[in-house]
Amino acid sequence: MSSNYLEIIRPGINTTFQDKGRDHLYHIGIPFSGAMDNRNYLIANKLVNNNLDSAVIEFAYQGPHIKYSGEKINCAITGDVIFSIKKKDTEIEGKCYESYQIENGDEINIISTNKSVYGYLALGGEFDLKFQWNSCSINTKANIGSNDGKKLDVGQRINLKKINSNKDIKKTNYINTKIENIRVIKGTNFDYFSEEGKKIFYEKEFTVSKLSDRMGMRLEGPKIDNIVNTNIKSEGLIKGVIQVPADGNPIIMLSDHGTIGGYPKIGVVVSVDYDRLVQMSPGSKIKFKEINLSDAETLFKLYEMETQNLLSQI
Amino acid sequence: MIKNISNLGDAALYCDFGNEVNKSINSQVIKYFKTIKEKKFEGINNLTPSYNKLIISYDLKKINFKEVKNYVENINAEDSININSKKLEIPVCCHENFSMDIKRLEKILKLSREKILENFLNKEYFCYMTGFIAGMPFLGDLDENMRAQRLETPRVKVPKGSVALTEQFANIYTFESPGGWNILGNTPLDIFDSSKEDKPNLINPGDTVVFKEITLDQYKNYNE
Repeated sequence: MSSNYLEIIRPGINTTFQDKGRDHLYHIGIPFSGAMDNRNYLIANKLVNNNLDSAVIEFAYQGPHIKYSGEKINCAITGDVIFSIKKKDTEIEGKCYESYQIENGDEINIISTNKSVYGYLALGGEFDLKFQWNSCSINTKANIGSNDGKKLDVGQRINLKKINSNKDIKKTNYINTKIENIRVIKGTNFDYFSEEGKKIFYEKEFTVSKLSDRMGMRLEGPKIDNIVNTNIKSEGLIKGVIQVPADGNPIIMLSDHGTIGGYPKIGVVVSVDYDRLVQMSPGSKIKFKEINLSDAETLFKLYEMETQNLLSQI
Repeated sequence: MIKNISNLGDAALYCDFGNEVNKSINSQVIKYFKTIKEKKFEGINNLTPSYNKLIISYDLKKINFKEVKNYVENINAEDSININSKKLEIPVCCHENFSMDIKRLEKILKLSREKILENFLNKEYFCYMTGFIAGMPFLGDLDENMRAQRLETPRVKVPKGSVALTEQFANIYTFESPGGWNILGNTPLDIFDSSKEDKPNLINPGDTVVFKEITLDQYKNYNE
């Protein structure tokens, strides 16, 4: 048995292991999964000297409270997160984007994410996890991945099979920016909607509903009227697709989405805005703005360069 | 043949094979799917074949729309691929414990329970696609007089193994999930098994499925 491990004192409400996700499986009905906010996932790993595709603990809203046992190890939290680290005699307020060294008996208490949804806890080492299809990402819907495909639970023990020898403390000044507009490319069923409906889609504000999770984000607001058919013959989906069912309220497909669907697609969120989209918490306002494919590709390239640049400075 | 290729967002290709749902169009989709899958083109992440569309998603860090489109347009999927389909018998128990929507079906279809089962069982159905939830097969086509709409309000929980109908299709819920199809029976077989990474799905696109009725006792003893 491993002598380095975590114990879950409080699991939080949506705590899972995530990594880069799994591909080449849509045709059998298994979605990509993986860390929702990819940039924050990568930064978390870099801050603790991990390989960038290592598994981290992803949490939403309320995070876990954990106790560590074993030899010294680094940890880091990314996102916009309120947390504390309890050492023998002191409790310090934690800062995101900084690594900390913890030792036997220390506790990390992740209170909550702040005006955002997802946060990441990385440990400098390797969790002892089951891989399925090359990934340990937990898909709670199909019970796939590590931890039998289930959320982390109270009292659970999670072993580490390796601790990094590189224990350099790292820090970066990253700030999570908010965006006012979510940019979209016209969907394949754009013409199913009335002129008024199309106008509403691009001009009105929508509110992120509480019924949002790793599968999808439901929006509320003015109804988008369909004049052709409220169902299509089921076909493939990708993350970012915005479907509008008969009730006129858009649903955005997120990383654990069903692989096929039968509602008309009014638009698709562009790749560059995905990390920031998933961080919009219930009650946030969303406005969609249309861009073309070539602008979307250029913007993503710039975003990717910025990510690489950020990582290289850590 | 692919009638039109467009983009679905900035990281996927939307290949349109037409609007009808039939075996001949779907076989074309499956041929393209298998050909591209076997070639393992660098940058392509996922392929999703459905009735008459094929969606190809790719890693925008490695490749873009124009490159993938160009690649797909120059593929010859005509002769190279043998669909390699199999024929499967699926046991199904239609005892009242399982056939949750039989009353509703009797009313909508204006057929007796016996007639509904006679129409449904012992016939060959073609698997058009799998997905929505892991491993769920979309099978067709049901007889004209067997076609019912989805439930107005979907169930929050459909039991694992449920065999259900909607329009010209039948499917099997591979694990407990929300769903709105008309439930006719239940199979004791595991249709999706995540511990078999090579072949998690029992039924794959292109396969033929025949439902064979079993009794409640046979159902209960099935896995022993």
